[in-house]
Amino acid sequence: MKPRVLQLFAAGVNCDRELAYAFELAGAEVQHMHVHALLEKPELVRECDLFAIPGGFTYGDDLGAGRILALEVATHLKEPLEQLHEAGGTLFGVCNGFQVLVKTGLLPGIDDARVSLTWNDTHRFECRWSRLLADPALDAILPAGTILPAGTAHAEGKFVVESEETLQRLEQAGCVALRYANEQGEATRDYPHCPNGSDGAIAGLIHPSGRILGLMPHPERCLSPQHLPDRGLAHWGDGAAALDFFRGMLAPYAAASTTI
Amino acid sequence: MSVPSPAWRVELELDAGRPDPVGDAAHAALLDRGLDRVPAVRSGRGYLLPGHLERPQVERIASELLADPVTETTRILAPGETPEAGASTLVVRRLPGVADPEADSTRNALRLLDVALTESDPVQCYRTYRLEGAIDGEQLVEIGSRALANPTIEQTVLGDYPVLPHPVPDPRPSTRTEVAMLELDDDGLATLSRERSMALSVLEMRAIQQHYQEEGREPTDIELETIAQTWSEHCKHKTLTGPVRLIEKDERGELLRERNFDNLLKETVFEATRKLSPEWCWSVFRDNAGVIAMTDDIGLAIKVETHNHPSALDPYGGAGTGIGGVIRDILGTGLGARPFAATDVFCVGPEGMDRDDLPPGTLHPDRVLSGVIAGVRDYGNRMGIPTVSGTVVRHPGYVGNPLVYAGCVGEIPRDKVDKEVLPGDLVVALGGRTGRDGIHGATFSSEALHEESDTVDATAVQIGDPITEKKVLDVQMIARDRGLYRAVTDCGAGGFSSAVGEMGEECGAEVDLETAPLKYPGLSYWEIWISEAQERMVLAVPPEHREELFALCALHDVEATVIGTFNDSGRLTLRWHGEVVGDLPMEFLHGSVPQPVREAESQRLPLGDTAWPEEADLRALLEAALAHPSIASKEWVVRQYDHEVQGGTVVKPYQGARGHGPGDGTVVKPRPELKQGAAIGCGIAPSMALLDPYAGTACAIDEAMRNVVAAGGNPHRTALLDNFCWGDCRKPDRLGSLVRAAEACHDAALAYGAPFVSGKDSLNNEFRVGDEETPIPPTLLATAMAPVNNTAYCPTTPLKKPGNLLLAVGTTFADGGGSVAAELLGLPDSRVPLPDFAVAPGVFDAMHQCIQAGWVASCHDLAEGGLVVAAAEMVLGGEYGARLDLARAPGAAELSPLAAGFSETPTRFLIEIAPEHLDEVLGVFRTLPIAPIGEVLEQEGGQGILELRHGDQSLARATHSELLRWNRAAS
Repeated sequence: MKPRVLQLFAAGVNCDRELAYAFELAGAEVQHMHVHALLEKPELVRECDLFAIPGGFTYGDDLGAGRILALEVATHLKEPLEQLHEAGGTLFGVCNGFQVLVKTGLLPGIDDARVSLTWNDTHRFECRWSRLLADPALDAILPAGTILPAGTAHAEGKFVVESEETLQRLEQAGCVALRYANEQGEATRDYPHCPNGSDGAIAGLIHPSGRILGLMPHPERCLSPQHLPDRGLAHWGDGAAALDFFRGMLAPYAAASTTI
Repeated sequence: MSVPSPAWRVELELDAGRPDPVGDAAHAALLDRGLDRVPAVRSGRGYLLPGHLERPQVERIASELLADPVTETTRILAPGETPEAGASTLVVRRLPGVADPEADSTRNALRLLDVALTESDPVQCYRTYRLEGAIDGEQLVEIGSRALANPTIEQTVLGDYPVLPHPVPDPRPSTRTEVAMLELDDDGLATLSRERSMALSVLEMRAIQQHYQEEGREPTDIELETIAQTWSEHCKHKTLTGPVRLIEKDERGELLRERNFDNLLKETVFEATRKLSPEWCWSVFRDNAGVIAMTDDIGLAIKVETHNHPSALDPYGGAGTGIGGVIRDILGTGLGARPFAATDVFCVGPEGMDRDDLPPGTLHPDRVLSGVIAGVRDYGNRMGIPTVSGTVVRHPGYVGNPLVYAGCVGEIPRDKVDKEVLPGDLVVALGGRTGRDGIHGATFSSEALHEESDTVDATAVQIGDPITEKKVLDVQMIARDRGLYRAVTDCGAGGFSSAVGEMGEECGAEVDLETAPLKYPGLSYWEIWISEAQERMVLAVPPEHREELFALCALHDVEATVIGTFNDSGRLTLRWHGEVVGDLPMEFLHGSVPQPVREAESQRLPLGDTAWPEEADLRALLEAALAHPSIASKEWVVRQYDHEVQGGTVVKPYQGARGHGPGDGTVVKPRPELKQGAAIGCGIAPSMALLDPYAGTACAIDEAMRNVVAAGGNPHRTALLDNFCWGDCRKPDRLGSLVRAAEACHDAALAYGAPFVSGKDSLNNEFRVGDEETPIPPTLLATAMAPVNNTAYCPTTPLKKPGNLLLAVGTTFADGGGSVAAELLGLPDSRVPLPDFAVAPGVFDAMHQCIQAGWVASCHDLAEGGLVVAAAEMVLGGEYGARLDLARAPGAAELSPLAAGFSETPTRFLIEIAPEHLDEVLGVFRTLPIAPIGEVLEQEGGQGILELRHGDQSLARATHSELLRWNRAAS
């Protein structure tokens, strides 16, 4: 049996097709479900291996990016999602999905760490390619030091922490998954390599369990050399890292299924 | 009108110390308007909540829903409470009756927190600007309302006073109303047309009068409204589809020829399509968009619209709803195509104009541009449709009347291209609710703008709600694939009246107007019928599918309502609570517009050879050209658009490792698993068309063709779209240039074998100050789209490999009329280049063969700024340098270096190939014009260098960082 991915759909989700394609290429079977249908039967969440929230502008991002869907998830779906996570499942969010995971409190997953995603330093939508440096905390999914090219496309993607101390706690607990990097592969907060001015240059977070993961830029937009800005010349790699990233997330479930 | 009671105010501001770009921008705008005693401005957002809530409820709403936990400070003011004196706060909010999607979202979200609300409970949103320092309140409101708000849709008040919710209008009863018309003379008919904003001529009013004389009764108000909408220039395109007599004169005013058209469009643009009639065109000029084949099973639907007048009044809302409207055109084509790419082109006045030079009643061009960009960004991004192609044109002729073009491309299965309404099908309204927004948009856009436009036409402004449209898209695609409806069209200009009228044209329809869901009570029946509220589609639904469709809509939270039935009466019957308020024969409504012969006159300008100077500083001209508004980098615009969403954008608008190289066409794959894609390009040449509308139009079409060919599109499968934006064509000189442009469309389409498949015109683009009317430059936007067989072979513009050869394709001539260089050098008007229709198709074919063979490493078409700018842009996107000898380009040996470098002769390219492919490429081109003129160079000092020569003479040298600085000076 292939790993089962359940993708949440809601008003304003708009990166669902390419995300499903990425999971399928990586070997999964993908099911889409509207949040309203899921609210009727929340227990369906537990029937998947990986629960994904794609990018988009849920509910128009009114009141803040992902805010209303986060409230909906926190009110009605948090319990089954936590059960899925405890039972070994993975929760994954890209862009708006990451904003939802943060605003529901499912990420970063350590107590009393007040973090948020807010307006980019440029205060405008930024659509550009970013290099993401894999942190050791992500090692089980993508080897530390790997450069993952991904498409930044957000206005409210600046990761902010309440204090310097919060940032240190996140790093110590292994919650930092990915950081924006420059052309030399070094983490940086410098624009435009870091498109938003994120604290700690943080582009993605991972739960200490390793099974709740979210990031702002879109690796699902980078599945072939054609997608890269230089179409596969050396500077951006050949696009293989993105597929490795999706395979890495599915690996525990793919391995389990091959033994059957 | 019920008096509203005070409400809670929840106001959020970024914590002190956090950067506040919105506040900084507001500060700059206030300073710019002369308010110089303000040391700083902090921006915020505010919400009005019903006064009956308890404080703990409001506090919970603030912390769990409204405020950011890390970045914002919350202030809660109890109903009636005013903030302490000290700093002045400006509150900017929507005028009563103007749609506010964010407030609707807030209302929905409050339900998740179990806050009980009634329909009349106020939930409203506003922006705040807190100014430090004491400022005179009246002056502040006066200046603030201009600098920080759009008075057409927003009001500005002082926040130091209570802010009351807007009152809810009381329902207004409307009853069947007749309009006395039968006895009117011509003057009376003209007055009636004007007073009811019908925008119809006396001739047309007489035809209506005659119809009612035959019926033996007076018309009702809703019937007149329906006829005015259906017969509007906007919906009917009376000028382009009517009889025209053209008189063409030479430079001395001597008659050259006379030509009579029964139907201008049919005998020019359509005629070329009819003569070509290729089997790969699946639907032309009969639906909301044209459809061509991409594969045997999948078609590409494309449409480009204009939204000029709404954008002049409210650039943000106008451009957003322009995009929203053209997306609905794609959804309303066949049984609905799925949109996967969007385009936009803006024409605005010059940058940095002195505000004192603006005609009264106009917004500053820079404000228009930033507004329309933000409008397209916020609508397109939320829809999840990548905006991949477009440009910005700056010209003084657009100051009073800017142009906003918005296009959309969708994919559609072959078996979904046709639709048919059957009697008995239900008329189902899908999507947004109907409000008073956009009343008279169709007739308003058929009239010239004038200095009071910004005050009197507020209801013509539409506010977009992209998420409602996105939900409609989601539902419609599922319903289409399940076969739940038989036909669909969008509610655009004219609202229900046009949508239902068009769908029922062949059979008949009856509508019960009171069933339409409304945003607020109080609309009269005719307002419901013609409202241009956004995000609505009309479906023809067989009764047996009603239940399944409505269940699907409920799941997606999309409102669907049966508002009537299609029948076989041949009439359009409108009821209001059971009473018939309108009853029109479809035949009269759609067939009876009287068509007068319109006079057109075109006189050729005395244009001679271009006086290229023999001696000039080519480097300085290159610097100026790269900074020219037509050539300057638009990357700052493109990066605000999500041009990569859906993961199909494989040839991007800005290219190369650092994304600084401007591309030609873009290529987008409709589905990630396919190897095929669509190449999309556009061309526009108003500076040339001002001198010669025929040549300028042909050059625009050639540019659109070059764009798609350069990006790998198939020139033998290329479809074209025309979008004519012209002045008031009741004036013979304006119509004369329009006819010449239409003739150019015909000739170019036939020559290139590229049929027009759809189009749209927007006439009456004039601005009136007092008695003086100024037309915009004649502006044809040509859009081209071609399928790409395998997107892996698409070339891009950045240079790829040192040692590769650079070849110039196409002959360079000296004609420089309307070129960027002629403008920058201040040359007198001169002859405009014309594509060589005998050679151009062969060049496109040869280019395509070489690209398909994989020999073309990089490729750029030569457009504004000619060969020199194209070479500079290829260096800009890449890592490497280039050395070029301008004199070696075909036709250039006899030209001066300036002419060789900056001529804008059409049908030319600069291509990069590996040396081993030289013989193969030359073999494909045979006798067609092509010549090696240079090579790609290694980096020098860590960057690429552009070296330009003319024979033995070294002309100019510029580094990559210089080119980049010049190109980005404006942004």
